[in-house]
Amino acid sequence: MAYFIQQLINGLTLGAIYGLIAIGYTMVYGIIGMINFAHGEIYMIGAFISVITFLVLQSVGMGFVPLVLVVMLIASMLFTSVYGWTIERIAYRPLRRAPRLAALISAIGMSIALQNYVQLTQGARVKALAPIISGGMTLFEQNGFEVRLSYLQIFIIILTMALMAGFSYLIDRTPLGRQQRACEQDRTMAALVGVNVDRTISTTFVMGAALAAVAGMMVTLYYGVVDFFIGFLAGVKAFTAAVLGGIGSLPGAMLGGLLIGLIEAFWSAYFTIEYKDVATFSILVLVLIFRPTGLLGKPEIEKV
Amino acid sequence: MLKIEGVHTFYGQIEALKGVDLHIKQGEIVTLIGANGAGKSTLLMTVFGNPKCRQGRVVYEGQDITGVPAHEIVRLGIAQSPEGRRIFPRMTVYENLQMGALPTDGSTFEEDIREVFDLFPRLEERRNQRGGTLSGGEQQMLAIGRAMMSKPRLLLLDEPSLGLAPLVVRQIFDIIKKINEKGVTVFLVEQNAFHALKLAHRGYVMVNGVITMTGPGQELLANPEIRAAYLEGGH
Ligand SMILES: Nc1ncnc2c1ncn2[C@@H]1O[C@H](COP(=O)(O)OP(=O)(O)O)[C@@H](O)[C@H]1O
Ligand SMILES: [Mg+2]
Repeated sequence: MAYFIQQLINGLTLGAIYGLIAIGYTMVYGIIGMINFAHGEIYMIGAFISVITFLVLQSVGMGFVPLVLVVMLIASMLFTSVYGWTIERIAYRPLRRAPRLAALISAIGMSIALQNYVQLTQGARVKALAPIISGGMTLFEQNGFEVRLSYLQIFIIILTMALMAGFSYLIDRTPLGRQQRACEQDRTMAALVGVNVDRTISTTFVMGAALAAVAGMMVTLYYGVVDFFIGFLAGVKAFTAAVLGGIGSLPGAMLGGLLIGLIEAFWSAYFTIEYKDVATFSILVLVLIFRPTGLLGKPEIEKV
Repeated sequence: MLKIEGVHTFYGQIEALKGVDLHIKQGEIVTLIGANGAGKSTLLMTVFGNPKCRQGRVVYEGQDITGVPAHEIVRLGIAQSPEGRRIFPRMTVYENLQMGALPTDGSTFEEDIREVFDLFPRLEERRNQRGGTLSGGEQQMLAIGRAMMSKPRLLLLDEPSLGLAPLVVRQIFDIIKKINEKGVTVFLVEQNAFHALKLAHRGYVMVNGVITMTGPGQELLANPEIRAAYLEGGH
């Protein structure tokens, strides 16, 4: 039981991170009907920016942890957003009326270009980071096994919950969120009622990138290492999470992320760690066979 | 108020409008009738610059609006209830109406929505229902109501009677009349020529992307050619 709860905690932490990345996939898909294959790289860039910010803060002798975290968070969200915005402008907007395949190829090209760009400017080697948030608490002990909840895990889970709550509010309740939903449901009509569709799409990329940046920073803190290639697997998994939850659905992305995190944690704990990715993708296949629209996806039947 | 001058609009190589001229004066109800595929919807969308016309001009209150982006048009005082109604299906009635309002009108929102609910009490009853689950008639009311939320001076309506029961059609046409009496100029595109011509001050007939006839509504209604083509045995 204790072991199970420990895996639950680990899985939720991981799942929170996947969920944050998955939101970016699902929102962009919702609004332009395209998978942004460069989104994993956006997350990787977010991770790098948080490392760089940390190193800069360290070199100026700033050591107060809460402040360091806030500055890292803001800097990575801000700069990563600029990347997200730029990618949309140069790789996707010119192809808005082109066939889907063209945009897809552009996305893959963008993803490779960003990987190479980071590899060239930051080097191919892994960057390591000393733990910033350390320590934790023992929740309880059973048969000599301690269930640990680290302060970092608390930080990740609480920050994720806060972001998701704020984000859901933004989408459901604010004029900006309404404009985004309008563009998602009918772009032509949105323009007729006065929505600047291009700007709304840009905003969506910016928001997705900001959340991916937070995920990047969390992973940096959690694993303590980053390299230029981390975007690939994380991207594929978050994309899987988005599809599992139902692509286009925000709660779906969050749920999908949590499920993938949990599957990975439990599979690694009870079976073999080598096959955890296989397990994840097998479950995706099974879900798609029995529920092609994903767990919370909306079936496309509507009266018009 | 609105002048369409020599407008040619293309979809790729297909020329949907082949030099259209028409004008609408302040306070009028003007109708445009024509068979399916004549180019009526294309004309309304050309006013919004989507698609843009390749030749010709759209002039609104003396201002050339030909190159103005679609999302700016509504701010000039033109609103459209488009073909197929295009309700945002996963938004509630209330949210659809919020979408219709201009962001700059925040302070008068409550009054504006009150006015729409007075025109369409049905929408108030359904305010929390999702647009996609409304009946056809309710969706049409919502499409017009949403357009009215921007307090337009010129209202473009694309086949509001399409697919509706006769009783509902009568209701919708009564409301169009009421809207016009409030001072809103109406440009009504219809295949339901009988109702449209009866209501309108003036009418135009479009065939294959060109205007073939124009005149007062009653006159067109009495015209034997029009009777043969659009009224008898027709819709
Ligand atoms: N999006 C489009 N792409 C290509 N052709 C179109 C498109 N929309 C309309 N058309 C063509 O333009 C012509 C006029 O269509 P439309 O304006 O919808 O006519 P109406 O509203 O009078 O029924 C038709 O021949 C139609 O097939
Ligand atoms: Mg039409």
